Amino acid sequence: MEKYAIYVPRLVTKKEIFAPGHRACIGCGEALAVRLVCKALGQNVIMVNATGCIEIISSQLPYTSWRVPWIHTLFENTAAVASGIEAGLKVMTKKGRRSPQDVKVVAMAGDGGTSDIGLQALSGAFERGHNFLYICFDNEAYMNTGIQRSSATPYGASTTTSPAGKISIGQVTWKKNMPAIAAAHDIPYVATACPSYPFDLMAKVAKGVATRGPAYIHILSVCPTGWRSAPDLTVRLGRLAVETGVFPLYEVEKGKYKLSFAPSQLRPVQDYLKLQGRFRHLDKDNIRIIQERVREEYSRLLEKAA
Amino acid sequence: MAKRIGIEVSLAIADAAKLADVDVVAAYPITPQTHIVEHLAELVANGELDAQYIPVESEHSAMSACLGASAVGARTFTATAGQGLELMHEVLYVASSMRLPVVMTVVNRALSAPLSVWGDHSDVMAVRDTGWIQIFVENGQEAIDNVLCAFRIAEDEKVLLPVMVHLDGFHLSHMIEPIYMPEQSEVDQFIPPYKYPLPLNPDKPVTMGAFAPPIIYSETKMAQEINLRASKKVILQCWSEFGSRFKRHYSPVESYHSEDAKVLLLTMGSFSETAMTTIDRMRKEGREVGLIKLRLWRPFPFKEIRQAVKDAEVLIVLDRALSFGGPGGPVCSEIKAALYNEDKKPKVVSFVGGLGGRDITADGFEEIINRGIEISQTGSEQEFEMFGVRE
Ligand SMILES: Cc1ncc(C[n+]2csc(CCOP(=O)(O)OP(=O)(O)O)c2C)c(N)n1
Ligand code: SF4
Ligand SMILES: [Mg+2]
Repeated sequence: MEKYAIYVPRLVTKKEIFAPGHRACIGCGEALAVRLVCKALGQNVIMVNATGCIEIISSQLPYTSWRVPWIHTLFENTAAVASGIEAGLKVMTKKGRRSPQDVKVVAMAGDGGTSDIGLQALSGAFERGHNFLYICFDNEAYMNTGIQRSSATPYGASTTTSPAGKISIGQVTWKKNMPAIAAAHDIPYVATACPSYPFDLMAKVAKGVATRGPAYIHILSVCPTGWRSAPDLTVRLGRLAVETGVFPLYEVEKGKYKLSFAPSQLRPVQDYLKLQGRFRHLDKDNIRIIQERVREEYSRLLEKAA
Repeated sequence: MAKRIGIEVSLAIADAAKLADVDVVAAYPITPQTHIVEHLAELVANGELDAQYIPVESEHSAMSACLGASAVGARTFTATAGQGLELMHEVLYVASSMRLPVVMTVVNRALSAPLSVWGDHSDVMAVRDTGWIQIFVENGQEAIDNVLCAFRIAEDEKVLLPVMVHLDGFHLSHMIEPIYMPEQSEVDQFIPPYKYPLPLNPDKPVTMGAFAPPIIYSETKMAQEINLRASKKVILQCWSEFGSRFKRHYSPVESYHSEDAKVLLLTMGSFSETAMTTIDRMRKEGREVGLIKLRLWRPFPFKEIRQAVKDAEVLIVLDRALSFGGPGGPVCSEIKAALYNEDKKPKVVSFVGGLGGRDITADGFEEIINRGIEISQTGSEQEFEMFGVRE
C-alpha cells in the first residue's frame, strides 16, 4: 500500500465536496473520514444523515457544508429515509418523471445511530434489499451529546455514562460487532475502514456504492474530544487500532471474508490504549483481559478469512 | 360518469390512492387500518398500480420512508391507526416542518392500555399539534373524496404540507357502503401531476433538515404557522372546485338544522350520522335542536365555528377522547377557547363518550342532548361528563 501512496493522491479529486469551514473539533477523525468518503463518491449522490456529530458540524442554518443533495430528519430513521429515497427514485425513473441517471443513495450515521437506536430500521432496510450504501462512523460513543457510552464503546473505556469509578472500570461490556450483524443479513458487501488508510477507505466506498443491493461500511473514526487523545494523534491512533488488531480492516463480499491488511505480527494493545485518556485508569490486569480478547477475536477473523 | 358501487370503505380508500396514481406507499399493518394497505399491496402486486410498496418494519420507518420518497418528489401515501400513529409521533413533526406533502389516512383507534383495537379519537388528539392538515370524514363517500382532495391540497405549491384524513376505526373503515368512484380521467383532471419544487437532486443540490440555533428557530416555526393557517384558503378552493366537478360539497364546519336551533350538538367523524337521526327525531317532536359537524380540525376553523354557533343558547360537545386531569374533551376545550372572547356565545357543555369502540345510539344522543340542557341550567361541578359509563 505504501509504495502506491506516492501516485494515488494524484488520482484523487482535489474538489472538496464536503466543504471546509465546518464546525468539527480539531483532529476530528469523523470529519476526515467524511471528506474522503465524499471524494470517493463523487457528486451523483443523495446523502442521508442521522442526527449526530456529522450532522451538527455540517449544517447550521443558514449554512451548509454539503455540495451534494443532503437530508437530515431524525436520529434513528436514516436507513428508512434512505429506503424511501431509493424507492422514490426507482419508481419516478420508471414512470419517466426523472432522467434515468444512476443516482446513488448513501446513508450515514454514528455508532449510536447505527448499532443502538437505528438498528431496527437498518435491519429492515437490509432485509428488504434496498440499493444503497450505509456508512457507520464509529467514534465509539454518543459524542454529539457529550461522550455517553453506546453499544460500540469498547470494554474499559470511561465515558460520561460508563464512568470509571472506585468500583468500576468504566464500560463493562464488549463492543457490539456491528459489521458481523450487517454481514448476517447476507447483504452483498460489508467492509471496515479507517481514514488512517485513506486509499483503502476510498476504494471500499467506491466498491460499496457500486454494489447492487445494500452495502455497509463501518469506519473507525478517532475522536480526540471523546477519547481524550491529542488532536495531532488522530491518524496515528487509527493506524494503531489496526496494527494492534483492535480494529482489523476487512471486507465481506457475498459472505466471504477477506483481510485488507494483515500485519505479520500484532502490536501490543497497550501501544494503542496508552495514548487515550479514556483508558488511563486501566491496570495491568484489565489490559491483559483486553489483550486476550483482541487476540481471540483476531484469530477468529483469520479463520473466517482463511 | 362515475359508477356507484357497494364497497368496503377501506378498499375504496386504497382505490382512491390508486386513482391518485401514488408513487410510493410505505406502510406497516395495524388493526383497523389493515384492509387499506393490504389492498394497496394487492394492486401493486397485480400491476394495477405502478408504485413502490415498501413493507417497512415499523410505523416509525413507514413515515420515515415517506419523508425520503416525498423529498425526491414522489407522490407518497400511507395509512395507520392508534399505536402506529403514536410510534410515528416524532416523524410527523418532521414531515410538516420540512414541508413534505405526504398523505395519510388515519383509521382512528383507541390507545393502550388496556389494549383496544376499536375506535375513538385518542390517537388523533395526541398528534393534534404536529402541524399536519387534518380532515375528518363521516362516511365512505366523504373518505374517498377527501383522500383525493388531500393530494391536491398537500401538493399545492402554496401549501406543501402533509395531510391526515381521519376516519373512525370499524364504525366506518369496515362498513360496506354505496360509493361513487370517480373515473380515472376525472381524477387526472382534478389532481395535477406532482412536481415538488426543490427535490433532492444532484443537478441542483439542496440541504434539507439543517439544524437551527436559537437565533433562527422561532422564525422557522412562525413561518410554518403562517403557512398552515394560509393553507385554509387552498383547502376551501379545493373543496369548491371538487364541488363543481363532482357535485359533492365540503366545508370546514357543516351544519344540520342548526339555523334556528337553540340547542346545538357538536360531533366529529362517523358518529355524526347517528346524531343526525336523533336531530330528525327530536325536530319532529318540535324540539329546537341542531347539529354542528367539525370537518376541518387543522387549521382550526375559528371564524366558521363562531359563526355557526353564535345564535344558540347551548352547545353540547361530544369528544371521543379524554385529556386526563385536564378540561375533559380536547375538542370541547378548543371550542371554548375559540368562543371565550365572543360577546354572543352559547353555554358550552362537555361530554366524553364512544371510547374504545363503545357505540352511541340515536337514543344515546337524545340522552346527551337532554342531559346537556339540564347541565346548562343547573351547572356542574365537573369539567365534563362521561356518557354511558358504569360506575
Ligand atoms: C430519539 C432521540 N433520542 C436521543 C437523541 C439525542 N441524541 C442526538 S445525537 C445522539 C448521539 C449520537 O451518537 P452517534 O450516533 O454515535 O453519533 P456521534 O455524535 O458520536 O457522531 C443522541 C443521543 C435524539 N436526537 N433523538
Ligand atoms: S466530538 Fe469527536 S466526533 Fe464529534 S466533532 Fe468533535 S472530534 Fe469529531
Ligand atoms: Mg458516536
